Amino acid sequence: MQTKKIINDGSRSVDEMLEGILAAHPRHLKSAAGSPRSIIARDGPRRGKVGLVIGGGSGHEPTFLGFVGKGLADAAAIGNVFASPPPNPILECAKAVNGGAGVLFMYGNYAGDVMNFDMAAEMAAMDDIEVRTVLSTDDVASAPRDQRHKRRGVAGNFFIFKAAGAACDRMLSFDECERIARKANDHTFTMGVALSPCSLPQTRRPNFEIGPDEMEIGMGIHGEPGIARGKLSTADEITDEMLDKILDEMAPARGDKVAVLVNSLGSTPLMELYIMNRRVKRMLDDIGVSIHATWVGNYCTSLEMAGASVTLMHLDGELQTMLDHPCDCAMFRAG
Amino acid sequence: MTAIDTAGLKTMFDEISVAIEADRDRLCQLDGVIGDADHGIAMALGFGAVRDALAALDLSAIEPTALLNTAAKSFLNAVGASSGPLYATAFMRSAAAVKGKAVLEDADVVAMLQAMAQGIRDRGKADIGEKTMVDAWQPAAEAAAAAHAAGKTLTEILDAAFAAAERGAEATKDMIASKGRSSRLGERSLGHMDPGAASAVTVIGAMRKGLA
Repeated sequence: MQTKKIINDGSRSVDEMLEGILAAHPRHLKSAAGSPRSIIARDGPRRGKVGLVIGGGSGHEPTFLGFVGKGLADAAAIGNVFASPPPNPILECAKAVNGGAGVLFMYGNYAGDVMNFDMAAEMAAMDDIEVRTVLSTDDVASAPRDQRHKRRGVAGNFFIFKAAGAACDRMLSFDECERIARKANDHTFTMGVALSPCSLPQTRRPNFEIGPDEMEIGMGIHGEPGIARGKLSTADEITDEMLDKILDEMAPARGDKVAVLVNSLGSTPLMELYIMNRRVKRMLDDIGVSIHATWVGNYCTSLEMAGASVTLMHLDGELQTMLDHPCDCAMFRAG
Repeated sequence: MTAIDTAGLKTMFDEISVAIEADRDRLCQLDGVIGDADHGIAMALGFGAVRDALAALDLSAIEPTALLNTAAKSFLNAVGASSGPLYATAFMRSAAAVKGKAVLEDADVVAMLQAMAQGIRDRGKADIGEKTMVDAWQPAAEAAAAAHAAGKTLTEILDAAFAAAERGAEATKDMIASKGRSSRLGERSLGHMDPGAASAVTVIGAMRKGLA
């Protein structure tokens, strides 16, 4: 049986979505001339500023293009659903935001994205644009601690891009922007749980099977299997299980500060996210960790998947400054 | 001796696009088990774009190298994903392997297969045994070279390549993925065929049909 979706033609969904987004956010976004899958910030890219290009597959909205704007990313390259963009739209983004101070590529650590962005970086070098790459690897569930470089990038992208975008907007040097981007990634930890599958517009079939009373801890944002499947438990138990893993790695001391993101994978409603956030607050209070800021909602989705993720960013003064730095994007504002 | 011209190569790509389109849902299902369920979509999209791009070429005016480079670019720009860079690199390397030839003889077809396999290995930084499409492509290229060295006909060469690819894909069921998206699964990837190896078998089967 096909899933229900409000679409026209599944193979046109990404382009039709982009048309709708540009219609909704003309003050913030435009597409690069001749490259409709390269979404560029109207305000932000400028001479002497390190350019920040993010990107990846569609289906995670508002990640990636919702975070394009002044103070955050300068451009996003848009792929098909759950598929990396090819090198060309990435290259066009780099050209559009190049201010002569270097261009930072930031995206989640997936084999396809790495190959396409690396090819784009090689092409940019031929145009005398210096590109450096910082991969996000915040998904604690996707590889053991000693193999952090193999982990996937998931909802923590939001914090990591935010910090890097602020560094770029503050006109810091290429070295400093890269350092802060890497530090932001090192300080960010995410765990997710999935309750029901999503379906691609082109197939309209559930992309994995899961029992009516089951959940999967650690499932990826494309429905990649996680670390354990179990019976669906309560919000408190799920939140505890996820936070235990995160805190075990982050190892915060009493008095440390964090930023919190409780994110819906698509169809899990705010009510459930706030119930989880209640537990996050209690647990952090218990161990004496203070919350500098909390975001709750749809930040990195997986189409209509049900489930949620919790992300903590372990803050120091510098990262806190970067998170507090104002930004004005199509789908997110701060400061 | 067979001599394959640009029309013959176009026939090969047409066969691949038909075969992959027919196999689309099975590939998505294989990918759904250990990946993100889009492999069949990406492959069908890519080879559909190749078919359309080749249809727009004046085949009498170009050499195999130009045709293969057109295939590479059209596949890459339509797909992205993992298969985009991998197959685009495969076709670019095969284009380089037959540079200057107006028609391809048996040795050129073997060189093309070897260049494709090497290109996929290089771009994906993967080796045999890591549960990827390399596990089908590499044995296929080796079997083709061995059959050619043994003086076999093109049909026999491509039969050998196809059989080796099938065995290689089958063998991925007993492998734990260490490259690509399923590598985060560890032992949970055991028992499942790698979708990239499965589609490689389909591609090589269609190449056999189109060339031999």
